Amino acid sequence: MISFLLILLASFFFMGVVVRTKSIASGRKGPGIFQPMKDILRLLRKGSVYSKTTTLIFKLAPVAYISSVLMAILMVPHGNNPGFISFDGDFVMFAYVLAFGKFMIIISALDTGSSFEGMGASREALYSMLVEPAFFILMGSFALYTGRTSFFTIFSTLHYGSYISYMLGALATFVFVLIAMIENSRMPVDDPKTHLELTMIHEVMVLDNSGFDLGVIQYTSHLKFAMYGAIISNFFIGVLPLWISVPLFLVVQFGFAVTVGVIESFMARFRMGHNPQFIFILTSVSMLIFFGALLVLGKFL
Amino acid sequence: MEKSFIEFFNLIGVLAIALFPFLKTKGRGFITLGVITVQVIISSFVAFSVFTNGVVLFTYPGSFVTGQIPVRIDYLSAWFMLILNFTFLTGAWYGLHYMKKYKDQTDNLALHATAFILLYTSIIDICLFQNGLVLLVVWEIMALSSFITIIFEHQKKETLKAGINFLIQSHVCILFLTIAFMWVKVKTGSFDFTAITEYTSAEPAITGIGLFLFFFFGFAIKAGFVPFHTWLPLAHPAAPAHISGIMSGVIIKIGIYGILRMLLLIKTDMVSLGYFILAISVITGVYGVMLAIVQHNLKKLLAYHSIENIGIIGIGIGLGCLGLGYDSQILIVCGFAGALLHTLNHSLFKSLLFYCAGYVYQKTHTMDIEKMGGLIKHIPRTGYLFLIGSLAICGLPPFNGFVSEFFIYTGLFNGLQSNDFLFIMALIFSILGLVIIGGLALICFTKAFGIIFLGTSRDSEKRSFSKEKPRKFFPLYIIAITILIIGLFPVILAPALLKITHLYMPVAVIPVAPAFTEILGNLTSVGWYSLGFIALTALLYSIRHFLTSRRAHTLEPTWGCGYTGDTAKMQYTASSFIRSYRKLAGSFLMIDKEKSEASGLYPSYINQETHPGDRVENWLIDKPLHLIRRFLNRFVFLQNGNIQAYILYGFIFIGLVIMVPVIIEKIAVFYNFLNQL
Repeated sequence: MISFLLILLASFFFMGVVVRTKSIASGRKGPGIFQPMKDILRLLRKGSVYSKTTTLIFKLAPVAYISSVLMAILMVPHGNNPGFISFDGDFVMFAYVLAFGKFMIIISALDTGSSFEGMGASREALYSMLVEPAFFILMGSFALYTGRTSFFTIFSTLHYGSYISYMLGALATFVFVLIAMIENSRMPVDDPKTHLELTMIHEVMVLDNSGFDLGVIQYTSHLKFAMYGAIISNFFIGVLPLWISVPLFLVVQFGFAVTVGVIESFMARFRMGHNPQFIFILTSVSMLIFFGALLVLGKFL
Repeated sequence: MEKSFIEFFNLIGVLAIALFPFLKTKGRGFITLGVITVQVIISSFVAFSVFTNGVVLFTYPGSFVTGQIPVRIDYLSAWFMLILNFTFLTGAWYGLHYMKKYKDQTDNLALHATAFILLYTSIIDICLFQNGLVLLVVWEIMALSSFITIIFEHQKKETLKAGINFLIQSHVCILFLTIAFMWVKVKTGSFDFTAITEYTSAEPAITGIGLFLFFFFGFAIKAGFVPFHTWLPLAHPAAPAHISGIMSGVIIKIGIYGILRMLLLIKTDMVSLGYFILAISVITGVYGVMLAIVQHNLKKLLAYHSIENIGIIGIGIGLGCLGLGYDSQILIVCGFAGALLHTLNHSLFKSLLFYCAGYVYQKTHTMDIEKMGGLIKHIPRTGYLFLIGSLAICGLPPFNGFVSEFFIYTGLFNGLQSNDFLFIMALIFSILGLVIIGGLALICFTKAFGIIFLGTSRDSEKRSFSKEKPRKFFPLYIIAITILIIGLFPVILAPALLKITHLYMPVAVIPVAPAFTEILGNLTSVGWYSLGFIALTALLYSIRHFLTSRRAHTLEPTWGCGYTGDTAKMQYTASSFIRSYRKLAGSFLMIDKEKSEASGLYPSYINQETHPGDRVENWLIDKPLHLIRRFLNRFVFLQNGNIQAYILYGFIFIGLVIMVPVIIEKIAVFYNFLNQL
């Protein structure tokens, strides 16, 4: 339960930190760190414009999207405190529940019958398919390394062995940061601030959403960042007591947000056609982690 | 008692067919549904009594050709009987509504109904009889009757072509099975299935593997494992929708039944078999879904998805075999139970999808998804049922497809604790395969659902849609509800699944309870979690409704980024939706592209067409056939249309038939003479 509350807390300031980092990096003062949240609250209070082509699916999708992310967050533990629900193989459920939300948001983009949103939907479907293997192999490596098969048991036993687990954690952090960037369609895969529809992924999918729905979708993106941040923090928390782990969690989230801001400030977006190759790198890095775990355990050949 | 039930089951099918000449078309339809219903009730009763009272066993004396004919109905048979029953019942029901459009074709319908009853009766009998020769005869009846049901629209050339393709491949399958049964018969002198066990446990492991491979190739053709899948994408679009649904849902599963049955009987080196099945299944799954994405014909797309799902089932079976080889009970349970459950699940959502596709076809008269769009506004029931089927086939919670995939994932992740490097690598690649299958299925079904049902129509022709009749949807609702129940309460199936998986456990081993209670606990958690997911979504939706209902909202055309004209033509099409995927996977696919370039100041119409092909089919079927035809063309002079020449061939043939034994006798005499020298 504590992790759920912490993630909600982190989701309030995360995007603000990203925006602030970007403005400082470009030499501006920038808005306060709660500005993105205020924007969302403003959207939530607004009325909507619906496309004539849309059906019930268009209204259902944003809700299903946020609900899928919330359900996924329920499974994320906080160090020694299990998530709201925890069972063997829960990370499989985690990935599939998120996929449900993605399915709904993709078909809601197609529901508008727009030529641009179909483009975004197509890219979203392809890239999320390419990202999945990295996540599963990574979790497979940790299952192999710890001998456990659920988020909570894996993370709470991760650091009983040797300090090598911190090295695995560092590599896994790299993979997870990039997974989060791709899942949220940020740089270097996609540029959310671009104003050319042809080059967008996620933003172009929600061109026709407005008011409450748009607010929900944007907040879901914040939640997703905070969720991945929480998983990353779990690589380092282990069984530390709460008075250390909670500040550590916040530090990790803050660091993650700053990293995202820095990446977005100093990297250019890849050409769309080069993105798949970039995403494949993640799978190969997680394969490396898998072999690393095999080596450490002495099971390699 | 079960014996008389089984006899009555077969008798009533034959009697119903005998009634046909005395009835009108409508009466034939109802009698078919009635007979199937009675048969379903009888065989379900037998299957349930097997699950409560244990194995049913009785023997017919048979003849001197067949030997004794044992009927053994164990948990495995009963499970498959129940799956068959459900899909055949909904299929017959749906078929009655679907076939109303063709009610003028009296004779054709009568033949179709006859074949349908025969098909159902024979396919249930396959699960009962445990005698090789009888099985082959019943298998042949099944193959022929499914051939007749497929070619219902035989006036179309493609239908007939696909049907003949099916017929030939079914007989290649029978050929493999015949060789395998003959092998055992020659070695042991018995057609009884128990002889297979006796024979293989006495011989070295390599014999068992060889025998299994013959059975496997035979059953794999029926099930549609790559590279034996080529008949599926042709036969499914050709058949009427209820037959496609039944064929994809259960007829191909009889191949899975055969493989599972043989794994029970053949005693050999299970580790090698496990690796073999795992490898072929991962290839099957990934290849099936990779080709499914590029299909534009809805039924063909669904057919390739059946191949993918056979791959998933195969991964479960392979995992179970490895569990047997490495003595790991949790792998046996997760693997086989996952495979069995996925067999059931796939039969549910795939038949639902095909039935929906049938209604789409009856409204639009095409299966080309590039010509569809916006159908959910005209046929909402079909649309939302198709959505449920799509979500379930992608393996997304809270639907049933997730439960069986979760079983298999649990097994795969548990197996990682092993110390065998090869085994761990096999598992991680299976995980990789399963994940890629899941991701690609998501692309495929967002495409299928989004392009067919959402947006606006892509067809220039304006069609008028009649309203959907609610009663036509009753069987579809039943399937959808079953899908949801299995997704939410998977535990209800657990006792039956555990009973079947216990069949595979070596006799000496006592099942360890904690492992199973853990798996059951996980299933309960999955169910509660899915229920929570639905509740949360419903709650959030009602909050959204409460908050937004009083606010101002307006209806406007879709935002076209400044363009205000008609945007229907600018919509994303199915081809453009998968374009980036097609570029990425291009080297594995075979796509013929026809394209004309725009030229000049005022270019005329240009068009571009893509035809997805199948590389395996090209290498395995088309090219060899082409070579054979080229070789045989050298002898075309024999077929000269000259009646005298044909009479001469007849004489030569008869002469040879008479002469050959005589010549052989002479040679034998000469040979003996040489020996005596």
